[in-house]
Amino acid sequence: MSTISTVIFLIGFPLLVAIALLILKSDAARDIIVKVAAVAIIAASILLVVQQFGSGGEYFEIKAAETIGKIMMVCEVCLAIIIVVLGCKYKRFLAPVFAIIQTPLMIWFELSKGHHIAVNNPMYIDRLSMIMVLIIGIVGSLITVYAIGYMKDFQHHQKEGVPDRRPWFFFLMFLFLSAMFGLVMSNNLIWMYFFWEITSLCSYFLIGYNGLFHTKENEDKVATRNAFRALVMNLFGGLGFVIGIILLGTYYETLELSTMITIGAMGYSVVAPAIFLAFAGITKAAQMPFNSWLLGAMVAPTPTSALLHSSTMVKAGVFLIIKLAPVLGWNVAGIMVMMVGGVTFLLASFAAISQTNAKKVLAYSTVANLGLIVACGGVGTAEAVWAGIMLIIFHAVTKSLLFLCVGTAEHQIGSRDIEDMDGLFERLPKLAAFMLIGIAGMFLAPFGMLISKWATMVSFVDSNNILLVVIICFGSAATAFYWTKWMGKLSATMAGRENIQKNVHGEETFVHATLATLTVIVCLGFPFISSALLVPYLEGNFGSVDTLALSANNMVILCIMVAVLVLLFAFFFGKTNKKIVPLYMAGYNMGDDLTFMNAMKGETAVSLRNWYMESYFGEFKMNVIGVIATSIIIVATVGIVIGTLGGM
Amino acid sequence: MVKVIIAVIAYIILAPIVGGFLAGLDRKITARMQGRVGPPVLQPFYDVLKLLEKESITVNRVQDFYVMCFFIFVIVTGCFFFAGENLLLVMFTLTLASVFLIVAAFSSNSPYAEVGAERELLQMLAYEPMVLITCVGFYMFTGSFEVGQIMLSTKMPFPYLIGIFLGFIFILTIKFRKSPFDLSMSHHAHQELVAGLKTEFSGKTLAMLEAAHWYENVFLLGMVFLFFVNGTWWGYVIGIVDVLLTYFLEILIDNSFARMKWQVAINSSWIVAVVLGTVNLFMLMFVR
Repeated sequence: MSTISTVIFLIGFPLLVAIALLILKSDAARDIIVKVAAVAIIAASILLVVQQFGSGGEYFEIKAAETIGKIMMVCEVCLAIIIVVLGCKYKRFLAPVFAIIQTPLMIWFELSKGHHIAVNNPMYIDRLSMIMVLIIGIVGSLITVYAIGYMKDFQHHQKEGVPDRRPWFFFLMFLFLSAMFGLVMSNNLIWMYFFWEITSLCSYFLIGYNGLFHTKENEDKVATRNAFRALVMNLFGGLGFVIGIILLGTYYETLELSTMITIGAMGYSVVAPAIFLAFAGITKAAQMPFNSWLLGAMVAPTPTSALLHSSTMVKAGVFLIIKLAPVLGWNVAGIMVMMVGGVTFLLASFAAISQTNAKKVLAYSTVANLGLIVACGGVGTAEAVWAGIMLIIFHAVTKSLLFLCVGTAEHQIGSRDIEDMDGLFERLPKLAAFMLIGIAGMFLAPFGMLISKWATMVSFVDSNNILLVVIICFGSAATAFYWTKWMGKLSATMAGRENIQKNVHGEETFVHATLATLTVIVCLGFPFISSALLVPYLEGNFGSVDTLALSANNMVILCIMVAVLVLLFAFFFGKTNKKIVPLYMAGYNMGDDLTFMNAMKGETAVSLRNWYMESYFGEFKMNVIGVIATSIIIVATVGIVIGTLGGM
Repeated sequence: MVKVIIAVIAYIILAPIVGGFLAGLDRKITARMQGRVGPPVLQPFYDVLKLLEKESITVNRVQDFYVMCFFIFVIVTGCFFFAGENLLLVMFTLTLASVFLIVAAFSSNSPYAEVGAERELLQMLAYEPMVLITCVGFYMFTGSFEVGQIMLSTKMPFPYLIGIFLGFIFILTIKFRKSPFDLSMSHHAHQELVAGLKTEFSGKTLAMLEAAHWYENVFLLGMVFLFFVNGTWWGYVIGIVDVLLTYFLEILIDNSFARMKWQVAINSSWIVAVVLGTVNLFMLMFVR
């Protein structure tokens, strides 16, 4: 099979599966199709990497490009019409307004100017897109498998009379994967924009799963509202994308991302289109002031959150910014991107401290980590981009694991509140272990996210970004705080809890186990990922890569530490010959470690709660500060660029 | 390579001896400051030996495992440091160790231990930024995070890192678990949290905790020493004198302050980190 057919398979096959899942409504058929499709997609993603591993990727000419372009244009019009109709139906008119502005603008540009600009290579594969393909293929497919079991429970928990709309749900999931594959392999920015808009619309429908198209009494109003918020913000970003394309086409006579980067590398300023494209990336990556759409997304069923947070959607945003990194750096666009990323990282990390809702903690942690990736892209040095891509990889695996764990916990213990997770090791031992691995993976040495954060920090110092260095010092402290208290809650031993691990669907446990294993394997294998994929990619885009933030020596030490930790846990965890005695409780322990005798000879149950430090890190306060600060940064920098354009 | 191995072995063997001795000295000096005679200097060793002979009891199956991991990774931290490894690696390993200790306290689900664990976490939140800024300061001044490279520096870092030095000394009070910031547990008997974090630890586990602190203190004093190296013998002398002075200063602070609220701990450490640390970093940017 040639590479181009693998590429077509990766985009086309999930699309076909999506349609099949929409038509076939029986549980049995869906189970089989999803599992087979997941295996096929994973296999194809790996195959693509194997095919291109030696050459490091290539650019494709596509004969039917013109026809494909026309089909896309028709689809775009249809999408715009859908948005307008739905916006009017739910009386939310901002989304239709954006659609009415940007779609005609895009089509006018394509028909008048875009038409004359030759696009030699509409699609490509390079080592960065290989990494993205693996993430989307493997993590994304695993999430769809998890969704089989999860959605059965979900439907079961629904009120009487709510129609079973799982075919629609799975249709969207696979359509999303298809669009993501297209997005990371498009060199023609108009094509990329097309896939970009599809992902926006898919996430709109997925977030609104409990709200849109339901009858009045079944409608979850919050879901509808959050879906529209996500749509509006992403369409706003889409508008930025369109303006970026128009500027690029008008002033630089090209529509290819690779050409734009080359022009930038030759020393010409491509700041104007870069700033608008980066703006689109910022909205999609849920950076402040647009972070609220991602937080609102948690009203949707858990697989949606897992998909949006780990392998798709937000990763499209940071992917674009990392792609643009060579033309960012110490220019207006770069400064905007690094400041927005830095502020978002710091404030979202703080906000996560004040949250008890596990999904909200995860969401703020995602926003924070994306902020760091965005800042890395903004800094735009090889070292920073290395760190940014590592963050993308580790975050995708670990965050999907955590979301899926919380989803299962929610169904089993009936709550997504961290305060209700004490004693999880007694109730759901396997799940608790997976969750522990996920949390450790998010912030502890020697695991992935810490490695990338370390590299990020070094790259910030090396590029003289002292402010960002200070931000990361404070942000890391906050990160350690909120993860450790969750970890502590999880590890609390509580006597007399019933073990309900057997109630968890087999598919769910399988996916948890796979992702947990991947979390560890990626940590063990990251020196290889670095030397085989990242370093060659960086050499291609930044010239020579002489220093990496982490020396080979340190990478080896970290891998050894991972192995030591795994062995320690495997051999010694939970084993003791010591006599087990009751706790000290000041009052007389009633013997069950859960109640003590109080001063009035009555029994008092012990209740322990974590610190949330609302007065320091309250969510509202952090959001207000963040939104104001980042809005000023964005408005000011975009203003500067428009001012200079006027002078051109 | 041989040098590294010798340094690591020396650390593993000597650190608890030096650390225990310093702890004994601490108790003696503290007693004198309070007008008491105080225990013999070797008392900390007697205490730990006694703990080792206690009956083996625990409150659950996992707590002692976590404390063991804390012990191991504190030693690993010091080994990395004295082997001349990367400062950030050293600090991140120390964080890993601290997290094990906190999780150990949480795992008991005991009221006193858990409140202690929460406070320990808060202390981490307070000192972590300054610790990281200190590492960055060394990197900006010497061009390397490797302790081995920093040791080769021919210019003494202290005058250029004076703000960072002061900030580091400030948070050292938290790291040494001294008043006014001995929130999570304290070696004094007068606290409201029983023994705080370590309430449920006993026997060998508690002995391990004590020994881990000796290891940790020696490593932290090693960090202080690092500010004074300039490749000459008198740099080493200044370094050692200053380490002892610092230790004395911490004892003095311990005896001159009552414990403060947690708000003071976090506010003051963060202000110190922002003012002294950040300003120092900006100045280094112009120096290099």
